[in-house]
Amino acid sequence: MDLFSETILDHYKHPSNKGSLKNPTITISEVNPLCGDKLKIDLKIDSKNRIKEIGITPQGCAISTASASLLSEKLIGKSLKEIEALTEKDIFKMLGIEINPGRIKCAMLPLVTIKKALLMKELKEKK
Amino acid sequence: MLNQSKIKNQFPIFSHKKDGKPLVFLDSASSTQKPKIVIDVLKNYYETSYANVHRGIYDLSEKSTEAYEKSRKTISKFINAKSAKEIIFTRNTTESINLIAYSFGNSNINKNDEIIVSALEHHSNLVPWQELAKRKHAKLKIIPLKKDLTLDFESYKKLLTKKTKIVAITAMSNVTGTIVPIEKFVKEARKYNAKILIDGAQSVPHLKTDVQKIDCDFLVFSAHKMLGPTGVGILYGKEATLDDMPPFLYGGDMISEVKQFNSSYAELPNKFEAGTPNIADVIAFEKAIEFIEEIGLENIEKHEKSLLKYAKEKFSKYPEVKLYTPKDCKNAGGILSFTVKGIHPHDLATIFNEDNVCIRTGQHCAAPLVESLGEIALNRMSFYVYNDFNDIDIAKKSLKKALKLFK
Repeated sequence: MDLFSETILDHYKHPSNKGSLKNPTITISEVNPLCGDKLKIDLKIDSKNRIKEIGITPQGCAISTASASLLSEKLIGKSLKEIEALTEKDIFKMLGIEINPGRIKCAMLPLVTIKKALLMKELKEKK
Repeated sequence: MLNQSKIKNQFPIFSHKKDGKPLVFLDSASSTQKPKIVIDVLKNYYETSYANVHRGIYDLSEKSTEAYEKSRKTISKFINAKSAKEIIFTRNTTESINLIAYSFGNSNINKNDEIIVSALEHHSNLVPWQELAKRKHAKLKIIPLKKDLTLDFESYKKLLTKKTKIVAITAMSNVTGTIVPIEKFVKEARKYNAKILIDGAQSVPHLKTDVQKIDCDFLVFSAHKMLGPTGVGILYGKEATLDDMPPFLYGGDMISEVKQFNSSYAELPNKFEAGTPNIADVIAFEKAIEFIEEIGLENIEKHEKSLLKYAKEKFSKYPEVKLYTPKDCKNAGGILSFTVKGIHPHDLATIFNEDNVCIRTGQHCAAPLVESLGEIALNRMSFYVYNDFNDIDIAKKSLKKALKLFK
């Protein structure tokens, strides 16, 4: 399977949910130190602990940007519990391409970032 | 030009194709491929002559010691050191620099003293000095880069003071390929009695290096970037300077006399080589040096400059390509970093890889430098003895393919 499929290239050139949100519930930025990729994600979470809105500001490769774009579409309406249950397998399935070991970090950056954001929220609420 | 096909034939790796595509290896600044004679020595040594060094009375051990010390001698001649005692074996360039930062740094640098590095440094010649400065409450100063990607010598002169204890600079950048006129920098440091360390990881494999002419206190480099095995770093130090330094690691092979509660230490070079060293790889490294000397460093330099010039011409034809190299090829080694508008370096390298073209991408262990150029990551091609114009033509084809795909 081709790494740069039409879907991947399309989401890279025109990412869904691009931009910052006004008054987000959480904002988190993550860097991939290996390649310098940066990703900022804004989340709006409703009272039922579901993702209401998502804004992504990607600055990276086609794989990480497409992964952020596709994931942002997938997550709207999802509960935080459902997001926590997502795995590497789900991301690969969502991207629909074969990821070689060197690029796994790129593909996983968006989910890792969101999970970190949710963990931060949880810790904050416990305090 | 070098006789490319003859040279390439001596590297077994180039006889292996991937899906019928020949290997185009453009990442020698990271680590080079190995000629058959280096690989053969390793195999023969383990099969016929192996034993520990500096220990046994038996023939095998004596022969091992002899071969190990012969390699040291060859290396000392290669960089024109005064004596083989001035050559210390480490694991790599990074370890050589850490040895100096701990041994020389801990005993000579005090509160408010100054350490100077440059904006071109690899993390290995930056982070150890950051840590030393923190440990000792010393000040770290950085020589800035000019717009033409060469170091700002005038600023350097102003950074030097009586408090400057060591200047640690690269002789060639692993990102921009910039060749630093180190002799000029050494002369200036001498006026303030500062010690000077040259990071030769990129320069020693490609440019003639004469430590007596440079007059540096330390020169560090790695075998694996010059056709030798991994796991061998070299630290050259002036004998008097090394003599004044305390050992870095303590234990076997570096002692003179050991009592239960006190010990005295061996003379140079053993003082800095605690424990069983990387014997086989040191011995094999000698063959790599002989291979380089047979071709001749002047020829290697000329060859790489012509490849750089050719690559610059070919790649600059694309308006999407931005090159990060000194304008004048005279100021650069065989390294060409670039970005392609609209294509992230990791994606470009993935497409190049489909054509069996190996380039390096990312921050090249020089994050502050890459960021100062206004980029999050760069693509880099780097050349060595086995590369030819055809390699660059194949890379250009991959670039064309990438541009079409990402259009």
